[in-house]
Amino acid sequence: MSEVIGNHIIHKYLRHNKKFPHVLCPGCGHGIALGALIRSVHCLGLEKDDVVIVAGIGCSGRLAVYVDFNTVHTTHGRALTFATGIKMAKPHLKVICLMGDGDALSIGGNHLIHAARRNIGITALVLNNNIYGMTGGQCSPTTPHGSFSMTSPYGQLEKGFDVAELARAAGANFVARGTSFHAQQLDKLLIQALQHPGFSMVEVVSPCHTQYGRKNKFKGAVDMYKWLKKSATPVERYAELDETGQKDRFPIGVFVDNDAPGLEEQYYALKEKMRGRKS
Amino acid sequence: MAAGRKKKRKELFALGNEAVVEGALLAGCSFYGGYPITPSSEIMEVMAQRLPKNDNGVFLQMEDEIASMGAVIGASLAGCKAMTATSGPGFSLMQEHLGYACMVEAPLVLVNVMRGGPSTGLPTSPAQGDVQQARWGTHGDHSMIVLSASNVQECLEMTITAFNMAEKYRTPVVLLLDEITAHTREKITIPREDEYEVFNRVVPTMPPEWYKPFEETVRGVPPMPPIGSGYRFHVTGLTHDPNGFPTSRPEEVADLMERMFRKIDQFLPQVSLYEEYLCADADVCVVAYGSVARSAEYAVEQARERGVKAGLLKLKTLFPYPRAATEKVMGHARALVVPEMNMGQISREVKRVNNGRATVRALNRVDGQIITPSEILKAIMQV
Repeated sequence: MSEVIGNHIIHKYLRHNKKFPHVLCPGCGHGIALGALIRSVHCLGLEKDDVVIVAGIGCSGRLAVYVDFNTVHTTHGRALTFATGIKMAKPHLKVICLMGDGDALSIGGNHLIHAARRNIGITALVLNNNIYGMTGGQCSPTTPHGSFSMTSPYGQLEKGFDVAELARAAGANFVARGTSFHAQQLDKLLIQALQHPGFSMVEVVSPCHTQYGRKNKFKGAVDMYKWLKKSATPVERYAELDETGQKDRFPIGVFVDNDAPGLEEQYYALKEKMRGRKS
Repeated sequence: MAAGRKKKRKELFALGNEAVVEGALLAGCSFYGGYPITPSSEIMEVMAQRLPKNDNGVFLQMEDEIASMGAVIGASLAGCKAMTATSGPGFSLMQEHLGYACMVEAPLVLVNVMRGGPSTGLPTSPAQGDVQQARWGTHGDHSMIVLSASNVQECLEMTITAFNMAEKYRTPVVLLLDEITAHTREKITIPREDEYEVFNRVVPTMPPEWYKPFEETVRGVPPMPPIGSGYRFHVTGLTHDPNGFPTSRPEEVADLMERMFRKIDQFLPQVSLYEEYLCADADVCVVAYGSVARSAEYAVEQARERGVKAGLLKLKTLFPYPRAATEKVMGHARALVVPEMNMGQISREVKRVNNGRATVRALNRVDGQIITPSEILKAIMQV
């Protein structure tokens, strides 16, 4: 990436006929993630017509409408199922799923593990803000133990999911975690994810100070980004830390990097083979 | 063509479920996404064999019925003629995405082989309990085309019809079979290429920058390009404006809802399919659908032998309810008998159309057994 990519590039990919302003709060991390996605698509030189964004429901789901690709805003948690149909029908398309944590892990948890197991050629972005933002700040499956939300007013008793570990265990080809604070790293992670065959998943830790922050002693958006800066640790360094060092930190970087062929590749190869046998 | 010898029609000894697959492939189905469930599984199994051999066929077994419908809608948006098949419990799960398909106007065919319910119910026994669910199962006000078939040949023909209607009106179409129709094996004839019509969705021809994905048209059906063909637009389950962007402005919401109803309602005569059997002079008319219609046909013949002028109105379209056809037989019949394997889901519609004019006698059975000709005959003789 020799070229410095500024905002003027992003403007090329926004829909000129969509009514702005957007739905996101000031200080939200989702816009940074969307910017990173646009920059990575631009760096890879993908045609707008060949990119499909399939989004779920929630703040993350609303991102799709602003970008000038083929965009599908689906139902809560089911984005991956639609994406699976699109990818199998049109394997040449770059299918990208935008999901939130409640979306991908709670209502859509089944679809996430099966998309990973199936190793279908989709790039999934899980924008994890540890909360249900759009519905008003209820706890999600990634809300950390002990933290507060509208539906855990006395502290969350359940443990949160580790999204990356879940995707790894389910068999995803490429698993990475970035944050909205480490925007340049996120660009690189997304470029890697988009180039991978099979199922790739990038978790983006994206702060929601409006709903999560204000209930959990973050004074504002800046505080949350400071928290990301402090606690996000490169995966190599995180591994060297002892248990006390790992406490209050989480690893970022690439966790899984395999090259197994995607389901659609295998399916169309099978069809080709069967046709060969016929003639 | 008078002297020309036509190619012989292919004949098969097939299950209703297998006939559905034959019909779907003739109609150009190129995507199947599903989840196994008795008594519809044969549709999926035969699709798994056939679709990979087709030039552009894709078969996918999904993790559940919700995902199946998601994949089917995704494939439909990508330009495929797509279908799935299920039974009661799966049909309940599919309701979520059936509504989404209505909202984004995605053509698809959903075959529901009805079994006893509610819940897990009677997995291997016939019923007709999902009729109103097919019409109203998904939330929100919407239009819906629901078809049915009563024998194996009809399974094939109605599947083709279902695909044609889905493509023509850009809407999901539900085909209701019951366990008896689906698991009856009988001889069917595969129509020759010139004997059936296949309709493909209208695609836009204007330059992409002029295209508005949900714009008003004369038929009320906007053209639909496949994803990735240069027409980039937004598809959403939110109420949207003609550009496809979310809106809550009352006039735009009203326009969308009105168009989505009108696109089907204004073609009511074309959508309402039915068959009349000895109806012309009937005093007593049986209104039936699915496997029960076969019992009814025999009962009508028996009644005629006994001197009662009986007739049969066999419904092939269940929704929008064929009002005109029912009113026509009501013109001369003094009584209508409506046998169903439920507690009266279509007799409710018949009574609504009848509005107190003729006697409507519902004949219901919900014990997982078919309604026999003698039961229907008894009802005919009684009224």
